[in-house]
Amino acid sequence: MPDLAIETQHLRRRFGEKLAVADLSITVKRGEVFGFLGPNGAGKTTSLKMLLGLIPPTAGRGALLGRPIGDRRARARVGFLPEHFRFQDWLTGREFLHFHGRLYGLSGHALEQKADALITRMDLQDAASRAIKGYSKGMTQRIGLAQALLNDPEIVFLDEPTSGLDPLGRLLVRDVIHELKAGGTSVFLNSHLLGEVEATCDRVVFMKQGRVVHELDMTAQVSGLEVDLRVEGANDALLSEHAELLSRDGPLARVRVAHEDALPALAAALVREGAKLYAMTPHRRSLEATFLEVMGEDQRPG
Amino acid sequence: MNAFVTIVHLTLHEAARRRILVATLIGALAFLILYATGFHFIAADVQGNATQSALKKRLLLNFFTLAGLYASHFLTLLTAVLLPLDTLAGEIASGVVQTVASKPVRRSTIVLGKWFAYCIVVVGYLMVVAGGVLLVARTMGGFVPPGLVTGLPLMAFEAIVLVSVTIAAGAHLTTVTTGVFAFGLYGLAFIGGWVEQIGTIAGNKSAQNVGTVASLIMPSESLWHRASYYMQPSIMRELVVSPFSAPSLPSMAMVWWAVGYVVVALVLGMRGFGKRAL
Repeated sequence: MPDLAIETQHLRRRFGEKLAVADLSITVKRGEVFGFLGPNGAGKTTSLKMLLGLIPPTAGRGALLGRPIGDRRARARVGFLPEHFRFQDWLTGREFLHFHGRLYGLSGHALEQKADALITRMDLQDAASRAIKGYSKGMTQRIGLAQALLNDPEIVFLDEPTSGLDPLGRLLVRDVIHELKAGGTSVFLNSHLLGEVEATCDRVVFMKQGRVVHELDMTAQVSGLEVDLRVEGANDALLSEHAELLSRDGPLARVRVAHEDALPALAAALVREGAKLYAMTPHRRSLEATFLEVMGEDQRPG
Repeated sequence: MNAFVTIVHLTLHEAARRRILVATLIGALAFLILYATGFHFIAADVQGNATQSALKKRLLLNFFTLAGLYASHFLTLLTAVLLPLDTLAGEIASGVVQTVASKPVRRSTIVLGKWFAYCIVVVGYLMVVAGGVLLVARTMGGFVPPGLVTGLPLMAFEAIVLVSVTIAAGAHLTTVTTGVFAFGLYGLAFIGGWVEQIGTIAGNKSAQNVGTVASLIMPSESLWHRASYYMQPSIMRELVVSPFSAPSLPSMAMVWWAVGYVVVALVLGMRGFGKRAL
């Protein structure tokens, strides 16, 4: 089994005069949650569709799960939730999953079981026998997400899966991504919601005007992790004992720890010493700051 | 094969919930009621008139039956264009096709599955409407036109030609343009067919040639002319007494041309959809 889920070299796509993707050269490891960031019109969706075989590239080549992009056998092991969640909405939720399961080559009892399990996972038991056109946006997103997981995929592509959703809908997507990662599935997350990406991704690539301009490893902590605390009953000495104290302003303190893994121990120690801990917020250099820096001043809302 | 069956099933599902199908079925029902009423009075008149010869009675009933079949043919063609009009173009535009085309399914299978499903629906529609006309003629006038075994399959094939053109165009064009294209071709064939017939009656070779060229560009109307030729008694054909008599019988070669036409349309449709950015 190849250890790369995606590998592309100089993929390019032109629509008439417009160069939608100039050069896409990326690798995504198996089991990795990969974030694909960029402003609207940067070529994110076109890139994702090229990987899925929906848009033939003008030039370049790429491999998906060890097979050339567009290959049907690779597509059998892929899940995809498209942007805008437009589906055959005259079908009921259950019929929709059965049809798409059959397109994956599933059938019979196994398919019915899988569909029912996903309906339960997505909390759609009450809606499964109703036509999708009557669903709320969040429900449509969930049935679409279920559709993308029917075949227990090795990689799941999510194109703006949370845009326009309420916080519960976003949380569900986040949970599903965590579950997929825990199960060893790669996730390719196309998004411009930086908070989502920050909360889920192992690695992020920034795209600008059809090119990859920056790559960021979200798991690496070069010089420790800064954490904002809101705590009462803990003096500076106590804080300094367990972390490097950077600043202090009443109940608000900023400390630095070596790694994210040190956070539970810090919290436990503070509580053990009788301090009241109200909030603990890891303060990475925000993705937003990086995003704005990478995109530069010349970017305007797309 | 499994994917093909699934696409056919999904498309039949899609067609069944279309308002257009309901509308055309209601239209067909209204037509049949009107037709049955008209036939009732005509048949009563024909049968009650002792002075008319048996031949004339038969000709009148045949004429009226053919008129009914002509209307069935027209309604079916309308359905054959309107129903599959946005099955590809519309799903490409809305993005619905993305979840289907990203599955391990060949794009050609999607085109063929949709085509096959709409052929079933449209031929089924023809059977309902034409079947209704024949039932009316049989029960009210005791009349069954000749040549149905040849005529009805030709009418069904004509509908399949229209479905093929519409699906093929939908793989390349937007919904509205597809409709304009398919009806434009049908209009060309319609006018061409009549130019050819009139040219033949008038003995005008140029008019005949114009008609033949039109039929080559779109062979659907020729198939109807051939069908209607078989579905009338020989005396009616030779007398050239009705708009349904075909003084110039479109040849068998034209039928084979139409077969090739369907194949080429499907190949172009599959190629267009295969290369399309979805």
